[in-house]
Amino acid sequence: MDRRDFIKKSFAASLAAGSTLAMGNYEKIFAAANSLPAAYYDMVAVKGGEPEVMFDKAIASLGGMKRFVKKGQTVVVKPNIGWDVIPEKAANTNPKLVKRVIEHCYNAGAKVVYVFDHTCDNWTKCYSNSGIERAVKDAGGKIVSGASESYYHEVNIPKGKRLNKDKVHELILQSNVFINLPILKHHSAARMTAAMKNHMGLIWDRNYWHQNDLQQCIADFLTYRKPDLNIIDAYNVMKKNGPRGVSKEDVVLMKSQIISTDIVAADAAAAKLYGVEPESIGYIKAAHEMKLGNMDLNKLSINRIKI
Amino acid sequence: MTAYLKKIRLTVSLVFFVFIALIFVDFKDYLPSWSNKYILFLEFVPSFFKFLNLFSLGAIGFIVVLALTLLFGRVYCSSICPLGTLQDIIGWISKKINKNKRYKLLKPYKILRYSLLLLSILSVALGSMAVINLLDPYSNFGRISSALVRPFFIWINNSISHSLEKFQIYSLYPYEFKGIAIVLLILPSLFLILVTYLSFSKGRLYCNTICPVGTLLGLVSKYSFFKLTIDKDSCKSCGRCERVCKAGCIDNKNKEIDISRCVSCFNCLSSCPSSGIGYNTPFENRSRKNFSEVEELNISKREFIISTSIFLLGINKLAFAQRKIKSYKNSTVPVLKNNPVTPPGSLGLKHFTGSCTACHLCVSACPTQVLQPAYLEYGLLGIMQPKMDYKKSFCNFECTICSEVCPNGAILPLRLEEKKTTQLGHAKFIKDNCIVYSENTECGACSEHCPTKAVTMVPYNKLNAPLVREEFCIGCGACEYACPAKPYKAIYVEGNPVHKKAKKPEVKKEEQKVDYKEDFPF
Repeated sequence: MDRRDFIKKSFAASLAAGSTLAMGNYEKIFAAANSLPAAYYDMVAVKGGEPEVMFDKAIASLGGMKRFVKKGQTVVVKPNIGWDVIPEKAANTNPKLVKRVIEHCYNAGAKVVYVFDHTCDNWTKCYSNSGIERAVKDAGGKIVSGASESYYHEVNIPKGKRLNKDKVHELILQSNVFINLPILKHHSAARMTAAMKNHMGLIWDRNYWHQNDLQQCIADFLTYRKPDLNIIDAYNVMKKNGPRGVSKEDVVLMKSQIISTDIVAADAAAAKLYGVEPESIGYIKAAHEMKLGNMDLNKLSINRIKI
Repeated sequence: MTAYLKKIRLTVSLVFFVFIALIFVDFKDYLPSWSNKYILFLEFVPSFFKFLNLFSLGAIGFIVVLALTLLFGRVYCSSICPLGTLQDIIGWISKKINKNKRYKLLKPYKILRYSLLLLSILSVALGSMAVINLLDPYSNFGRISSALVRPFFIWINNSISHSLEKFQIYSLYPYEFKGIAIVLLILPSLFLILVTYLSFSKGRLYCNTICPVGTLLGLVSKYSFFKLTIDKDSCKSCGRCERVCKAGCIDNKNKEIDISRCVSCFNCLSSCPSSGIGYNTPFENRSRKNFSEVEELNISKREFIISTSIFLLGINKLAFAQRKIKSYKNSTVPVLKNNPVTPPGSLGLKHFTGSCTACHLCVSACPTQVLQPAYLEYGLLGIMQPKMDYKKSFCNFECTICSEVCPNGAILPLRLEEKKTTQLGHAKFIKDNCIVYSENTECGACSEHCPTKAVTMVPYNKLNAPLVREEFCIGCGACEYACPAKPYKAIYVEGNPVHKKAKKPEVKKEEQKVDYKEDFPF
């Protein structure tokens, strides 16, 4: 009996209903993938504006947030809040963008919008110093801890090559809509991080991924769950010393944003923007080969917007 | 005036008790860290060592206590010392259980008492904190609160938050408690059992035989201005005062009070039906009127829960310690550390182990829980003094809380900018344990977490492998904590016996011009 079991069991005894522990079937809830009408662009890339302005334009050209969030649905937005650093260092998603995305969700009729990350640094400090906690509260969203193992539940990943099961945060398992909201930056371990690498904040045991071919595990996780929408913040882009960054000097102002339902395509475009070839990033190549998305940007319909 | 003395004592003691307990139990940091130094200003032992270390006005609390003792007797023991109040609470419970409970005059145990005081002073003079750490009432109270009481509140918090979670209420979040090693729970538990036994059956026997602070203040209180004295003419030798004296220092038969053992609780005053006992200056010998029994203050049920739930905690702790994660292909080279790592601001082993009374306030306050009581890392004499435990967590780059809260200057104040270049230890790399080399896959968790990029990644085959640049390392332990190699880490921090200065991280402007009008690169 581990600690979590102990707490759960001892507490469950005091609860009349035994229904509370009915977990384990989460993975079936979202078995059906979103099939999208062909009329929409595969991707929107936008540059030259402020984060909010770029997002307004980009989401409109994808059919508006109403296409992704239906009235009364619960939404989970997963920014990168991994580090206890100030927004200017661009190690965490731009708080202005986080706020804007949540506002769009509510305007589309979302019942509630949750935001969390399994942070690397102390989570309360990450949440407050990144400016994201404030942004979420201002937009009326709910910020949730990702720092407790009890929030993570085991799921099977049968199609993974190295990753066959994992413990995933219950908000990902319970919410109707999952919006991935990463920031593009340098990463000393994975070389570059954007949308796919952001999933490491959805799970509890990152060590397992690091032990068992990090690049492959990042791709494998997609066989379990893909986000309904990926919004890559490339307004400020950290070009070295990532993912934490040493100083503001590591950051280049790119004023860009990439939005796509195809997470592999989104990362491929982000790689180009960052200045590397998509196939040079292990997890993009692996995910493409497993047909989890398309890194071949020539085959996609892309709306390019300059402001 | 004397009618209010006991009420004042009760109120003051509960205020100190509650606030001091709070700063140790406050695992969610509701109390700001700067408030600690005001709350603990008067605690004798920490203040004394802080004075030795800092020589500042903020550390003269123990002088104030000495002055108070010279004026009013051992009010420190009855009101300011949290362990004293804890014993009173236990005594109060014992009275509730046994209504006929009576105290009586106790033997003075002079030899034991003064030898323990002498031993404490001698060991400090010889540079060892071991005796003080074991006997200091404040530090013992801290350890009891931090190691035994705090987990209980965490457990309650987590139980409630887990049930709220079922209803999608996430505002009360669980606290991921990293636990404290079982062996280190044993000492505070044994101490609590001892104090509970003594106070349950014999009142303030701990304070009057074992506690070096009590003994020292006892010597001072012999010369105090206000003293409890028996007026031999008015006293009817009814013995009521002796029966309520928890210090066991009133000799009813001979109409005498051993003032060095009197903790100025004033219980005797309110028990005396005549004017036989008074709280007087040497110049007055006025007779006193009878006054009604002072009403006892109600103490919340919480303290009762605290003292009865230790068993439960022990079991809970066992469960914490047994948590393990499953293994991949195990690493092979054992990690052997020569020196433990002391917290930033502690200067190094000598200063830290020579000043720390192991009260564990820093252990309670540390937001990442990297500060953990040591077992034998500092040697037997340094048992329970905190160390940086990089198996449990790592030191937050942007944080100096331990140096703000330390009440005795073992961890000296440190500006954040200084802390960022203070090298507590230096990272050592064990290539054979590293996943990049052993599994031939990418990892880089160490470099990812490194705040100064002392651990950087360099090309190896088609992969990237870690490279340690010791001069930039501050020994925060992020790399060691993050390293996924098991059971032996591939990177670890070797403590610096004396903290050094690390080089500032390299800052180079990233040169990339971005033309927003230009086409996208795809």
